[in-house]
Amino acid sequence: MSLPFALFFLCALLAVVGAVLLIVAREPIHSALALVLVMMSLAVLYLLLGAEFIAAVQIIVYAGAIMVLFVFVIMLLNAGVEERTDWSRIASFGGTTLGVVLLAVVAFRLARSDVGSGIANGGGSSSQAASTRDLSMALFQQYLFPFEATSILILIAILGALVLARKDE
Amino acid sequence: MSVVPISYYLVLSAILFGLGAVAVVFKRNIITIFMAIELMLNAVNLAFVAFARAHGQIDGLVFVFFVIVVAAAEAAVGLAIVITITHNRQTLNVERVNLLKL
Repeated sequence: MSLPFALFFLCALLAVVGAVLLIVAREPIHSALALVLVMMSLAVLYLLLGAEFIAAVQIIVYAGAIMVLFVFVIMLLNAGVEERTDWSRIASFGGTTLGVVLLAVVAFRLARSDVGSGIANGGGSSSQAASTRDLSMALFQQYLFPFEATSILILIAILGALVLARKDE
Repeated sequence: MSVVPISYYLVLSAILFGLGAVAVVFKRNIITIFMAIELMLNAVNLAFVAFARAHGQIDGLVFVFFVIVVAAAEAAVGLAIVITITHNRQTLNVERVNLLKL
Protein backbone atom coordinates (compact mmCIF):
# COMPACT_ATOMS: atom_id res chain seq x y z
CA MET A 1 0.00 0.00 0.00
CA SER A 2 1.43 3.34 -1.07
CA LEU A 3 1.83 6.34 1.20
CA PRO A 4 -1.15 8.36 -0.18
CA PHE A 5 -3.46 5.39 0.35
CA ALA A 6 -2.22 4.92 3.90
CA LEU A 7 -2.60 8.65 4.60
CA PHE A 8 -6.10 8.66 3.11
CA PHE A 9 -7.29 5.71 5.17
CA LEU A 10 -5.74 7.12 8.36
CA CYS A 11 -7.43 10.51 7.90
CA ALA A 12 -10.72 8.97 6.77
CA LEU A 13 -10.72 6.77 9.88
CA LEU A 14 -9.95 9.78 12.11
CA ALA A 15 -12.75 11.79 10.46
CA VAL A 16 -15.36 9.03 10.88
CA VAL A 17 -14.26 8.37 14.49
CA GLY A 18 -14.55 12.10 15.20
CA ALA A 19 -18.04 12.24 13.68
CA VAL A 20 -19.16 9.22 15.75
CA LEU A 21 -17.65 10.79 18.89
CA LEU A 22 -19.65 13.96 18.15
CA ILE A 23 -22.84 11.87 18.29
CA VAL A 24 -22.08 9.74 21.36
CA ALA A 25 -20.49 12.45 23.52
CA ARG A 26 -22.79 13.73 26.27
CA GLU A 27 -20.93 16.97 26.97
CA PRO A 28 -21.10 19.66 24.25
CA ILE A 29 -17.42 20.53 24.75
CA HIS A 30 -16.46 16.92 23.89
CA SER A 31 -18.56 17.16 20.73
CA ALA A 32 -16.75 20.39 19.82
CA LEU A 33 -13.32 18.78 20.25
CA ALA A 34 -14.45 15.78 18.14
CA LEU A 35 -15.54 18.21 15.41
CA VAL A 36 -12.08 19.84 15.50
CA LEU A 37 -10.61 16.34 14.93
CA VAL A 38 -12.87 15.88 11.88
CA MET A 39 -11.87 19.29 10.47
CA MET A 40 -8.14 18.65 10.97
CA SER A 41 -8.28 15.30 9.15
CA LEU A 42 -10.33 16.89 6.35
CA ALA A 43 -7.59 19.54 6.00
CA VAL A 44 -5.03 16.77 5.48
CA LEU A 45 -7.34 15.21 2.85
CA TYR A 46 -7.52 18.58 1.05
CA LEU A 47 -3.69 18.66 1.01
CA LEU A 48 -3.77 15.14 -0.43
CA LEU A 49 -6.12 16.41 -3.15
CA GLY A 50 -3.69 19.22 -4.00
CA ALA A 51 -5.83 22.08 -2.62
CA GLU A 52 -3.29 23.82 -0.36
CA PHE A 53 -5.21 27.09 -0.03
CA ILE A 54 -8.45 25.35 0.94
CA ALA A 55 -6.54 23.25 3.49
CA ALA A 56 -5.08 26.40 5.06
CA VAL A 57 -8.48 28.15 5.09
CA GLN A 58 -10.04 25.02 6.59
CA ILE A 59 -7.64 25.13 9.54
CA ILE A 60 -7.62 28.92 10.00
CA VAL A 61 -11.33 29.65 9.54
CA TYR A 62 -13.08 26.38 10.49
CA ALA A 63 -10.85 24.76 13.10
CA GLY A 64 -9.65 28.16 14.27
CA ALA A 65 -12.29 30.87 14.16
CA ILE A 66 -15.62 29.02 13.97
CA MET A 67 -14.77 26.33 16.53
CA VAL A 68 -13.34 28.93 18.94
CA LEU A 69 -16.70 30.73 18.62
CA PHE A 70 -18.51 27.46 19.46
CA VAL A 71 -16.28 26.71 22.45
CA PHE A 72 -16.67 30.31 23.62
CA VAL A 73 -20.48 30.06 23.53
CA ILE A 74 -20.39 26.65 25.28
CA MET A 75 -18.36 28.19 28.09
CA LEU A 76 -20.47 31.37 28.16
CA LEU A 77 -23.74 29.44 28.53
CA ASN A 78 -22.17 26.86 30.88
CA ALA A 79 -23.56 24.00 28.77
CA GLY A 80 -23.51 20.74 30.73
CA VAL A 81 -24.59 17.15 30.10
CA GLU A 82 -27.60 17.04 27.81
CA GLU A 83 -30.89 15.71 29.12
CA ARG A 84 -32.50 12.53 27.84
CA THR A 85 -36.26 12.02 27.75
CA ASP A 86 -38.60 9.42 26.27
CA TRP A 87 -38.94 11.59 23.21
CA SER A 88 -35.20 11.65 22.64
CA ARG A 89 -35.13 7.82 22.64
CA ILE A 90 -37.79 7.77 19.90
CA ALA A 91 -35.84 10.43 18.04
CA SER A 92 -32.64 8.39 18.29
CA PHE A 93 -34.42 5.40 16.71
CA GLY A 94 -35.71 7.60 13.90
CA GLY A 95 -32.33 9.25 13.47
CA THR A 96 -30.43 5.98 13.20
CA THR A 97 -32.94 4.59 10.70
CA LEU A 98 -32.78 7.80 8.68
CA GLY A 99 -28.98 7.71 8.64
CA VAL A 100 -28.81 4.07 7.55
CA VAL A 101 -31.33 4.63 4.76
CA LEU A 102 -29.54 7.80 3.60
CA LEU A 103 -26.16 6.01 3.58
CA ALA A 104 -27.59 3.00 1.73
CA VAL A 105 -29.20 5.16 -0.97
CA VAL A 106 -26.07 7.28 -1.49
CA ALA A 107 -23.74 4.25 -1.52
CA PHE A 108 -26.03 2.46 -4.00
CA ARG A 109 -26.10 5.47 -6.35
CA LEU A 110 -22.33 5.91 -6.07
CA ALA A 111 -21.68 2.25 -6.79
CA ARG A 112 -23.95 2.32 -9.86
CA SER A 113 -22.70 5.60 -11.34
CA ASP A 114 -19.63 5.84 -13.56
CA VAL A 115 -18.21 8.75 -11.54
CA GLY A 116 -16.75 6.27 -9.07
CA SER A 117 -14.43 4.82 -11.68
CA GLY A 118 -12.62 8.15 -12.13
CA ILE A 119 -9.28 8.81 -10.52
CA ALA A 120 -9.14 11.79 -8.18
CA ASN A 121 -5.46 12.55 -8.58
CA GLY A 122 -2.98 11.22 -11.08
CA GLY A 123 -3.54 9.91 -14.60
CA GLY A 124 -5.08 11.72 -17.56
CA SER A 125 -4.81 15.34 -18.69
CA SER A 126 -7.11 16.48 -15.89
CA SER A 127 -4.54 15.56 -13.24
CA GLN A 128 -3.03 19.06 -13.27
CA ALA A 129 -3.31 20.34 -9.71
CA ALA A 130 -5.09 23.68 -9.40
CA SER A 131 -2.60 25.98 -7.73
CA THR A 132 -3.35 28.79 -5.31
CA ARG A 133 -2.37 31.21 -8.09
CA ASP A 134 -5.11 29.81 -10.37
CA LEU A 135 -7.61 30.02 -7.51
CA SER A 136 -6.79 33.66 -6.79
CA MET A 137 -7.00 34.52 -10.50
CA ALA A 138 -10.47 32.94 -10.69
CA LEU A 139 -11.54 34.60 -7.42
CA PHE A 140 -10.50 38.13 -8.40
CA GLN A 141 -11.52 38.03 -12.08
CA GLN A 142 -14.33 35.63 -12.86
CA TYR A 143 -15.86 35.59 -9.37
CA LEU A 144 -15.07 39.18 -8.35
CA PHE A 145 -18.70 40.22 -7.78
CA PRO A 146 -19.61 37.23 -5.56
CA PHE A 147 -16.35 37.77 -3.67
CA GLU A 148 -17.25 41.40 -2.95
CA ALA A 149 -20.81 40.37 -2.10
CA THR A 150 -19.48 38.07 0.64
CA SER A 151 -17.92 41.10 2.37
CA ILE A 152 -21.39 42.68 2.55
CA LEU A 153 -22.73 39.36 3.85
CA ILE A 154 -20.10 39.23 6.61
CA LEU A 155 -20.88 42.85 7.56
CA ILE A 156 -24.61 42.08 7.82
CA ALA A 157 -23.82 38.94 9.85
CA ILE A 158 -21.74 40.96 12.33
CA LEU A 159 -24.52 43.53 12.71
CA GLY A 160 -27.14 40.78 13.05
CA ALA A 161 -25.13 38.96 15.71
CA LEU A 162 -24.68 42.21 17.66
CA VAL A 163 -28.39 43.06 17.50
CA LEU A 164 -29.50 39.51 18.43
CA ALA A 165 -27.11 38.95 21.33
CA ARG A 166 -27.62 42.41 22.82
CA LYS A 167 -29.12 42.52 26.30
CA ASP A 168 -32.50 44.23 26.45
CA GLU A 169 -32.42 47.26 28.72
CA MET B 1 1.46 11.53 -7.16
CA SER B 2 -1.17 9.54 -5.40
CA VAL B 3 -3.82 7.47 -7.11
CA VAL B 4 -6.62 7.41 -4.57
CA PRO B 5 -9.85 6.99 -6.60
CA ILE B 6 -12.42 9.78 -6.38
CA SER B 7 -15.08 7.31 -5.25
CA TYR B 8 -13.20 6.84 -1.94
CA TYR B 9 -13.49 10.55 -1.22
CA LEU B 10 -17.16 10.57 -2.25
CA VAL B 11 -17.98 7.61 0.00
CA LEU B 12 -16.20 9.30 2.92
CA SER B 13 -18.16 12.48 2.17
CA ALA B 14 -21.43 10.51 2.14
CA ILE B 15 -20.56 8.79 5.44
CA LEU B 16 -19.77 12.12 7.12
CA PHE B 17 -22.95 13.71 5.75
CA GLY B 18 -25.03 10.75 6.98
CA LEU B 19 -23.47 10.94 10.44
CA GLY B 20 -24.19 14.68 10.50
CA ALA B 21 -27.83 14.08 9.56
CA VAL B 22 -28.11 11.42 12.28
CA ALA B 23 -26.59 13.83 14.80
CA VAL B 24 -29.13 16.54 13.93
CA VAL B 25 -32.02 14.15 14.78
CA PHE B 26 -30.19 12.40 17.63
CA LYS B 27 -28.87 15.30 19.70
CA ARG B 28 -31.05 17.36 22.03
CA ASN B 29 -28.57 20.15 22.75
CA ILE B 30 -29.05 23.13 20.44
CA ILE B 31 -25.30 23.86 20.22
CA THR B 32 -24.48 20.25 19.30
CA ILE B 33 -27.19 20.28 16.60
CA PHE B 34 -25.56 23.40 15.21
CA MET B 35 -22.18 21.63 15.19
CA ALA B 36 -23.73 18.70 13.29
CA ILE B 37 -24.84 21.16 10.59
CA GLU B 38 -21.22 22.34 10.33
CA LEU B 39 -20.19 18.69 9.96
CA MET B 40 -22.58 18.28 7.00
CA LEU B 41 -21.17 21.45 5.39
CA ASN B 42 -17.67 19.97 5.76
CA ALA B 43 -18.78 16.73 4.11
CA VAL B 44 -20.16 18.66 1.12
CA ASN B 45 -16.90 20.64 0.91
CA LEU B 46 -14.94 17.39 0.64
CA ALA B 47 -17.12 16.28 -2.29
CA PHE B 48 -16.59 19.70 -3.96
CA VAL B 49 -12.79 19.47 -3.64
CA ALA B 50 -12.74 15.87 -4.89
CA PHE B 51 -14.80 16.77 -7.97
CA ALA B 52 -12.68 19.87 -8.63
CA ARG B 53 -9.55 17.69 -8.56
CA ALA B 54 -11.09 14.98 -10.72
CA HIS B 55 -12.21 17.40 -13.43
CA GLY B 56 -9.16 19.65 -13.18
CA GLN B 57 -11.34 22.73 -12.76
CA ILE B 58 -10.96 25.60 -10.31
CA ASP B 59 -14.68 26.36 -9.83
CA GLY B 60 -15.16 23.66 -7.21
CA LEU B 61 -12.49 25.22 -5.01
CA VAL B 62 -14.10 28.67 -5.41
CA PHE B 63 -17.41 27.17 -4.26
CA VAL B 64 -15.69 25.65 -1.22
CA PHE B 65 -14.28 29.09 -0.40
CA PHE B 66 -17.77 30.64 -0.54
CA VAL B 67 -19.26 27.81 1.51
CA ILE B 68 -16.67 28.44 4.24
CA VAL B 69 -17.39 32.21 4.20
CA VAL B 70 -21.15 31.65 4.44
CA ALA B 71 -20.61 29.06 7.20
CA ALA B 72 -18.66 31.64 9.20
CA ALA B 73 -21.46 34.21 8.84
CA GLU B 74 -24.05 31.54 9.68
CA ALA B 75 -22.13 30.48 12.80
CA ALA B 76 -21.97 34.07 14.07
CA VAL B 77 -25.71 34.72 13.60
CA GLY B 78 -26.73 31.23 14.74
CA LEU B 79 -24.77 31.39 17.98
CA ALA B 80 -26.25 34.84 18.67
CA ILE B 81 -29.71 33.25 18.29
CA VAL B 82 -28.65 30.43 20.64
CA ILE B 83 -27.58 32.98 23.27
CA THR B 84 -30.90 34.84 22.93
CA ILE B 85 -32.92 31.61 23.24
CA THR B 86 -30.96 30.59 26.32
CA HIS B 87 -31.55 33.98 27.93
CA ASN B 88 -35.28 33.78 27.24
CA ARG B 89 -35.98 30.08 28.01
CA GLN B 90 -33.16 29.27 30.49
CA THR B 91 -32.42 25.97 28.68
CA LEU B 92 -30.33 24.53 25.85
CA ASN B 93 -32.68 21.59 25.27
CA VAL B 94 -34.55 21.95 21.97
CA GLU B 95 -37.57 20.10 23.40
CA ARG B 96 -38.14 22.98 25.82
CA VAL B 97 -38.23 25.47 22.94
CA ASN B 98 -41.84 24.70 22.02
CA LEU B 99 -43.61 28.03 21.79
CA LEU B 100 -44.83 27.30 18.24
CA LYS B 101 -45.98 23.75 19.05
CA LEU B 102 -49.68 22.91 19.29
